[in-house]
Amino acid sequence: MSQLFRFPQSLKKTLFHYCPGCHHSLIHRLLCEVIDELGIREKTVGIASIGCSCFLYFYIDVDIVEAPHGRACSAATGIKRARPDLLVFTYQGDGDFAAIGLGDSLHSASRGEKFTVLMINNTLYGMTGGQVSPTTPLCQKTTTTPLGRDPQVHGYPMKIAEMLGNFEGVALSARVAVNNPKRVLSAKEVLKKAFLYQREAKGFTYVEFLSACPVNWKMDPLSATKYVDKLTEIFPLGTFKDIG
Amino acid sequence: MIVKVLEERCKGCGLCIEFCPKKVLVFSERRNQQGYKIVALAFPEKCNQCGICYLMCPEVVFVKEDSFEK
Repeated sequence: MSQLFRFPQSLKKTLFHYCPGCHHSLIHRLLCEVIDELGIREKTVGIASIGCSCFLYFYIDVDIVEAPHGRACSAATGIKRARPDLLVFTYQGDGDFAAIGLGDSLHSASRGEKFTVLMINNTLYGMTGGQVSPTTPLCQKTTTTPLGRDPQVHGYPMKIAEMLGNFEGVALSARVAVNNPKRVLSAKEVLKKAFLYQREAKGFTYVEFLSACPVNWKMDPLSATKYVDKLTEIFPLGTFKDIG
Repeated sequence: MIVKVLEERCKGCGLCIEFCPKKVLVFSERRNQQGYKIVALAFPEKCNQCGICYLMCPEVVFVKEDSFEK
């Protein structure tokens, strides 16, 4: 608890561009706290993706590479294989990891590449205006499903953390949320564990964050934070694989 | 220790006010340069520094006096 009220050293003092109530910046802070606590700031490389989080390099004071849309896991594979001593993480949204980059992501997981993936699941494409994404729950209204997601037309939501739990190369697959103080603390523990597993070269580590998107859910920040509780019924929290 | 509110960072989402167990925080009438209504410590004597505002704030508004200048 020594971290409380300390501005993380790896976090730059730039003001965030995220909307009020967005959980992206909270997850940035958790990531910076973990980097500070493990003392790995000088040997960490981040891979930013396309989406709301594409300006990761404005906020986090580690080396960041910007990958093309959906290719963050492939870029991370290259960096990790060339320099196994570095700690590599990718920071992707659900549109990046689970839609356009699904092939890259799943093959990296099945090869057991030894880096950490932070997947921010806000159940739609946030940056482009709230279109349906592979993880949109049934009946949720988005700009491309104005009557709600209909399984006969748009299919069913994809549960990535459960799916990755069945992969042999995966060392840790977990889903966390950050919508109340207890969950923030446990999310940080899981994230720290993922980096520790990577340091011990145990395999692919995947942490999925259920995140609020107040603007595209058309809610105020408080109701969006409460709506994440409802999402946990569809996307249950927990650790789906942990090789220990 | 008195918690410092970095007013320029605040976006007025109100998560800190909702989760503060002692109900120390309120929206003030002032706005910052970004145009958001900023949060203020209305009853600083009630604060027991549990850190929940720091945990829940997406913008890292609540810090110790000395940790922001380095």
